[in-house]
Amino acid sequence: MSNMADKVLMKGNEAIAEAAILAGCRHYFGYPITPQTEIAAYMAKKMPKIGGCFLQAESEIAAINMVYGVAATGKRVMTSSSSPGIALKSEGLSYLAGADLPAFIVNVQRGGPGLGGIQPSQSDYFQATRAGGHGDFRMIVLAPASVQEMADLTVKGFALADKYRMTAMVLADGTMGQMMEPVSLDFDIEPAPAKPWATVGTKLEREHNIVNSLFLKPEELEKFNFDRYERYKYIEENEAMYEEYLVDDADVVVAAFGIAARVARSAVNEARKQGIKVGMIRPITLWPFPKAPFEKAVKHAKAFVSVELSMGQMIEDVRLATSCKVPVTLCNRAGGMIPSPEQVLEAVKKAANGGAE
Amino acid sequence: MAKLTFKTDYCKGCGLCVDACPKKLLQLAKDKINKKRHHPAEITDEAACVGCASCAMMCPDCIIKVER
Amino acid sequence: MVVFDKPHALNDMPFHYCPGCTHGIIHRLVAEVLDELGIEGRTIGIAPVGCSVMAYDYFNCDMIEAAHGRAPAIATGVKRSDPENHVVFTYQGDGDLASIGMAETVHAAARNENITVIFVNNAIYGMTGGQMAPTSLPGQVTQTSPYGRDVNHCGYPIRVCEMLAQLEGPEYLERVTVNSVKNIRAAKKAIKKAFQNQLDGKGFSLVEVVSSCPTNWGMTPQAALKWIDDNMLPYYPLGVYKDRSAAKEETK
Repeated sequence: MSNMADKVLMKGNEAIAEAAILAGCRHYFGYPITPQTEIAAYMAKKMPKIGGCFLQAESEIAAINMVYGVAATGKRVMTSSSSPGIALKSEGLSYLAGADLPAFIVNVQRGGPGLGGIQPSQSDYFQATRAGGHGDFRMIVLAPASVQEMADLTVKGFALADKYRMTAMVLADGTMGQMMEPVSLDFDIEPAPAKPWATVGTKLEREHNIVNSLFLKPEELEKFNFDRYERYKYIEENEAMYEEYLVDDADVVVAAFGIAARVARSAVNEARKQGIKVGMIRPITLWPFPKAPFEKAVKHAKAFVSVELSMGQMIEDVRLATSCKVPVTLCNRAGGMIPSPEQVLEAVKKAANGGAE
Repeated sequence: MAKLTFKTDYCKGCGLCVDACPKKLLQLAKDKINKKRHHPAEITDEAACVGCASCAMMCPDCIIKVER
Repeated sequence: MVVFDKPHALNDMPFHYCPGCTHGIIHRLVAEVLDELGIEGRTIGIAPVGCSVMAYDYFNCDMIEAAHGRAPAIATGVKRSDPENHVVFTYQGDGDLASIGMAETVHAAARNENITVIFVNNAIYGMTGGQMAPTSLPGQVTQTSPYGRDVNHCGYPIRVCEMLAQLEGPEYLERVTVNSVKNIRAAKKAIKKAFQNQLDGKGFSLVEVVSSCPTNWGMTPQAALKWIDDNMLPYYPLGVYKDRSAAKEETK
């Protein structure tokens, strides 16, 4: 790690853009949408100067398909958007999965459903972890809680996408995108692996490569799905990331990611001052969901509180990971509102009292 | 004189080659059925063929090789 | 001496197309052009959704299968991945290019994206069993216009070349057909030019090939070729709709 002197003050969105360039991404396609347009603006400025390509697409759908095209040629490529735009990209996300193409996607979430609002939200948790598009597939979902992590997880996202030939998504929110913090951009970049499957021309030296997601024989399609899920299983066993904070002796465990985790941390600190044994598990990968720390914590915790900027989406994974052995309650705001530390503290106190006020 | 070679099992019996031949030297073989269950195209009088390749150019399945 | 044989850029897999379907002819013309220009080894083709969805199996060059209508966007990515070396073509039907993918088509043309587009217009959705296409003729009977296309109800067919010709962007737009040996020769010439333009860095080149669908038109292959002359070409006249380089030459 570098020291403070190496750090630069950046917006979260800009940190993602610069980290992507450092990770070797030279192709960005996107369509304007608040609150992530700084990423596109940064790329528009930088890419032409470093021999890269920034192109503003005619739609989110076109943008994700341009991503598909570059991904098929084996180069590192990305797009970014916000909630309604990601919904439009879901067709392309499914095709990327079906063709086993690596790509990096950013969703700086805003409130929904529909046009919703432009304030921060975490209500695309289901979309990112369950319903990225039609068919059986998963995306690696990374949830940063600081501007530093916006950069770190971008670099990590490109590496994971290449390693597993799949889509990796940074699931941030409007606050993370707009927030300014000091960032170190001193990364060891893993070079992209060889991609013998890429469609870059046969040079008349090999059989043609085909990038495709159509398999009309059900046995064949089933095999592709089974094989893909073997890979997913390996990822679940090896790539889950999380942070534990004061969990070891906790009676109450707060689960929160992204901006919600920053609020929850203040509440945990305040509760500790008041003598309540509370800790926090902060999932950094939302898929694969880090089950291990929950399985461990449920052995001593009496209750869990899921803090979310949604109507309660991650709470389902918390319940699954704790096998519903103890109560899991929701502490939430929605529509672009953010829970206050006081609200979280109240929820923690209530959970500590076995549900009583 | 020209030589036509038909990849007979690829023929779908559409007959577009028959119409394309300026000398009307092609027909669908009524007495033959190929693997695709079609009457395949054949040449009736190879000696009369000038090798213009009109049939091959019209064939949607690319089954005719023409040599001169 | 071999005067005609299957081009190298096509492999030996039999086409899945119906008897008399002109897709096979158009595939072959593209492959012949790849052979003649010596570009098979650096070409990446993009197949659509529709009857030619499995075109990726037939060409020996690298191939990508696109989501319905998105081929020009994918082609944009592939081309911009390595503009110096990649030769990129899309092969799209009328539903793919002129209905669900119209935005991708128009914007690739407007950007003068340096790609080659082969647009097969047979005025019907073939793969799904003969529904009305954006290019189905007024009065044309299809599965979803069983009383004939009523222009007051579902509008008029789209003339893609004429529409794109209004844009400043595209380099070259030509409409051809493949219903006779003479027309096939002309179609080949246009397709070759559309690839040569890409090699010369001239930009977006689209060849619309007026084509037949004997199965879903409900007629013999022979009658379908005549139907092109009698019904398609009056609405979709053959010709060059835009040729920027040629126009520049003339004004010199």
